[in-house]
Amino acid sequence: MDVEIKQVRNTLVVRVQGELDMLIAGKMRKEIDEKLKDDKIKNLIVNLEKVTFIDSSGLGVLIGRYKKIAANGGRMYIVGAKSPVDKILFFSGINKLVPMYNSEQDIINI
Amino acid sequence: MRGGEDQPLAGSVMHVKNYVRFEFQSLPENISFARSCVAAFASQIDCTLDDIEEIKLVVSEAVSNSIIHGYGNKPSGKIVITVSILDKKTLEIIVEDYGKGIENLEEALKPTYSSDPSRMGLGFTFMKSFMDEMEVTSNPGEGTSVRLKRSFLAKDKEAYA
Ligand SMILES: Nc1ncnc2c1ncn2[C@@H]1O[C@H](COP(=O)(O)OP(=O)(O)OP(=O)(O)O)[C@@H](O)[C@H]1O
Ligand SMILES: [Mg+2]
Repeated sequence: MDVEIKQVRNTLVVRVQGELDMLIAGKMRKEIDEKLKDDKIKNLIVNLEKVTFIDSSGLGVLIGRYKKIAANGGRMYIVGAKSPVDKILFFSGINKLVPMYNSEQDIINI
Repeated sequence: MRGGEDQPLAGSVMHVKNYVRFEFQSLPENISFARSCVAAFASQIDCTLDDIEEIKLVVSEAVSNSIIHGYGNKPSGKIVITVSILDKKTLEIIVEDYGKGIENLEEALKPTYSSDPSRMGLGFTFMKSFMDEMEVTSNPGEGTSVRLKRSFLAKDKEAYA
């Protein structure tokens, strides 16, 4: 699976794998938005540890989910982004909106 | 868009060391194919892995634009890519579609402009930032051609360039 989703209390944890271009981004958006229909979900963690490529379509889906989550008073985090993905995230400025951490464990610890 | 079918390299033919040209259907499944092909070809140039990642990104942006905007996500469109090595270190990538074209090019090229409110308008900014040259030609109703060019200096020489 390219997109794996689990729910931990009121937080959705999404693990993505592969190249986050238009193809996977579309799938990711659909699957996350389906889960976000459930009002209990407030926060979103997107794990990009296994993502090897991202372009503007992937960034667009991340920003779009951030807007939804923020509008609902929740928090969003990106974890595990590595080269070359992290560079593109910084370049886009998304890190100013969505805090980035090394691992899912780092968020549980804060 | 640029040159005739029989003259794929009009304009730069004299300098070309090597080129490939391929066409494919406007399907999202083909974006990764397109960027991998260009990256594999570009690896004939002496460039770094970071450079290759940037080449993949700009190809992904141009091809996604053709699919999303040029063809409105319809799968029946044709996209043509020509990649040339102009001299030992210069790469030229041309991505052409025969889709709806761009009405207002000046506006389209502005950073963060998008005709789609759910997008961020980053594509052209990435192409411009990661390449030395970007030239966009477009005719409404006929299509769009994006020409990208970059010279890769051997990394140890870059500091003195
Ligand atoms: N091949 C094309 N055919 C028709 N219109 C295009 C084409 N490429 C770009 N455009 C127009 O130019 C605008 C800007 O393109 P750009 O790639 O910068 O942003 P975007 O595609 O809208 O968003 P993003 O790239 O962040 O997903 C697009 O919104 C679209 O209106
Ligand atoms: Mg774009």
